Amino acid sequence: MPLSLEEVHRVAELARIGISDAEARAVQSQLNDIFELIGQMQRVNTEGIAPMSHGQDVKLRLREDVRTERDQREQFLSVAPEKEQGLYLVPKVIE
Amino acid sequence: MHNASLKELSAALAQGKTSSVDLTKLFLERIQKTNGALNAFITVGAEKSLAQARAADARIARGDAKPLTGIPVAHKDIFVAKDWLTTCGSKILSNFVGPYDAHVIERFNAAGAVLLGKTNMDEFAMGSSSENSFYGPVKNPWDRTCVPGGSSGGSAAAIAARMAPAATGTDTGGSIRQPAALSGVSGLKPTYGLVSRYGMIAFASSLDQGGPIAKSAEDLALLLNVMAGFDARDSTSVERSAEDYTLDLDKPLSGLRVGVPKEHFGEGLSVDVGRAVEAALAQLEKLGARRVSITLPSSGLSVPAYYVIAPAEASSNLSRFDGVRYGYRASGYRDLADMYRKTRAEGFGAEVRRRILIGTYVLSHGYYDAYYLKAQKIRRLIAQDFVEAFRQCDLVIGPTSPTVAFRIGAKAADPVKMYLNDIYTTPANLAGLPAMSIPCGFGNENLPVGLHITGNYFAEARMLQVAHQYQKATDWHARRPAGIEP
Repeated sequence: MPLSLEEVHRVAELARIGISDAEARAVQSQLNDIFELIGQMQRVNTEGIAPMSHGQDVKLRLREDVRTERDQREQFLSVAPEKEQGLYLVPKVIE
Repeated sequence: MHNASLKELSAALAQGKTSSVDLTKLFLERIQKTNGALNAFITVGAEKSLAQARAADARIARGDAKPLTGIPVAHKDIFVAKDWLTTCGSKILSNFVGPYDAHVIERFNAAGAVLLGKTNMDEFAMGSSSENSFYGPVKNPWDRTCVPGGSSGGSAAAIAARMAPAATGTDTGGSIRQPAALSGVSGLKPTYGLVSRYGMIAFASSLDQGGPIAKSAEDLALLLNVMAGFDARDSTSVERSAEDYTLDLDKPLSGLRVGVPKEHFGEGLSVDVGRAVEAALAQLEKLGARRVSITLPSSGLSVPAYYVIAPAEASSNLSRFDGVRYGYRASGYRDLADMYRKTRAEGFGAEVRRRILIGTYVLSHGYYDAYYLKAQKIRRLIAQDFVEAFRQCDLVIGPTSPTVAFRIGAKAADPVKMYLNDIYTTPANLAGLPAMSIPCGFGNENLPVGLHITGNYFAEARMLQVAHQYQKATDWHARRPAGIEP
C-alpha cells in the first residue's frame, strides 16, 4: 500500500521532524520501496503464533523501592543547550 | 608490536619489555599517520589516554595487573565515556561530552585498560557501510575506495589497519559482524543480555548488544571476559555467574556438529564468498567437525521483520533528542514545536530520519497489527527455526555477508539494496543468539570474506573455541592490508 505525500507529512509531524515538500517527495519513493520489502511479511500465515517482543523472552526484574541515583544535577545540566538557574530553558509554552 | 596478540602484549607489559605509556604512544602515532586516509576515529585524546597509561604502569609495577591492564582499547563512539566527546556519529550529539561512563567503559577502566579513542560509525548505528556518519565515511583499509562495513566500521577498520590492538562495537542487525567480515577482522555479538546496555546509546533496545572486535578469537575471548557481566542498571542484563571464555580455546573440535543452513547458500550469495565459506567448512571437517544440513525456513523474512522492529524501537528511543536536555539545538525557531522540528530535521542525517519515519508509521494508529505485531510473530518463527536447528547441530555456520566490501557510494541511494546486506546477520539479533564473524579467505578484488558462526544461547565459549581452532590451522586472520603503515 503506497504512502501518499500527505501521509509522509503526517508521519513527519508525528515524529516532530520538519520536512519540505521536495524532501517529502524524495523520501516518499524510498519509503515505498522499503514498505514493499516489509510487505513480504504478509505472505506468511502467522495465525496462532505468539508475538515475541524480546530476544529470549526475558522477565523484567523487580527491585526494592529505594533511592539508587545520586544527585548529578550539575553534571547533567552542564551539557544542556540552554539553561538558567538550574533549569532547562525552552521557548515559552503558556502565554 | 602493533601486530602482537593481546596475550603477547600482556606478557610484554608484565616482563617490562614495554610499558603502557610506550604502547599507547605507539598506537596514537599510528592513528595520527593513518586516520587522515581512513577516518576510523572521531576523537582521540592523547592526554587522557596517557594519564590512564601511566596509572596502568603503576598498577603493573605494584603487581596488581589483570590480563588487559595497560592495553589500549578503541571504543565505538556509541559508548558514553566520562569527559569524552560522545557523538554516536551524529550532528545532534556533536557537542555532547559524556557526564558518566557506560558499564562497558567502567569494566575496561576497572581492568586497567587505556581508552585509546572513539571510533567512527554510522549515525546512531543505522547503516551497513559506515557512510552515514556526520563525520564523514570510514574507508576500508584493504581498498580505500570501498566501505569497511557498518555500523561499527571505524572499530573494524582500526583493527585491520593496526591503529588499535582491540576495539568495541555494537550489533543490532549485524553491526559488529558485517564490518568484521568486510574489513578482514574478528568480531563477536554476544547473547542478548550478556553485555550491559547502560551508557550504550540506544538504537533498538530489544536487539542492541555490545561486543568486541579484534584480530583473533583468542583476543575476543579476553575482551569478552571484561565486557560480560550483570548490571542492575540494564533491565535486560542477564544474571549468571562469570565465565572465563579462554578456558576451552585449546580443546579439539572432534565431535562438533556444524549445521549448514541451505537458505544461506542460495540466490543472492556471491560466488566468491560462497567458495571461501565452502573451503572453511571443509577445513573444519578436517579438524574433526561433522557437517549437518539444516534448514532455517523463516530466515528469508528476517530483513523485513527487522526493518519493522528496529525502526519502531528507534523512533521511540530517538524521541529523547529534542534539543532540550543535551546536544544540538537549532536556532531561529518560532515556538517549542518549531524548535523540535528544526532541531531534529537539522540534527539527524537522512538515514536516521528515514528510519524514524518508518518506525513512527508502523506504530501509528491503525497500522500496529499489520506491521509491528506481524513482525513480532515472524520474530518468534525465526527464533523457533534455531530451536529446531540446535537439536541437530552445535553451531550454525555460513557466510556473514552476501558479498565482499562494495564501493563507497554504490548503495547509498538505494536503502533496500543496503538493507539486504543484513540478510545473514539479522536472524541472530531477532532470536537473541550469540554470533560472530572471522576471516576465512579472500574474494573478488582480493577483499576479505567473513565466516559467520551462530551458537545457542550463552554458547560463546564454544564458538570462540571453534574459531580459535580454525585460526590455529589457517592464517587468514593474520593477513594484513597492503599500503597501511607496516
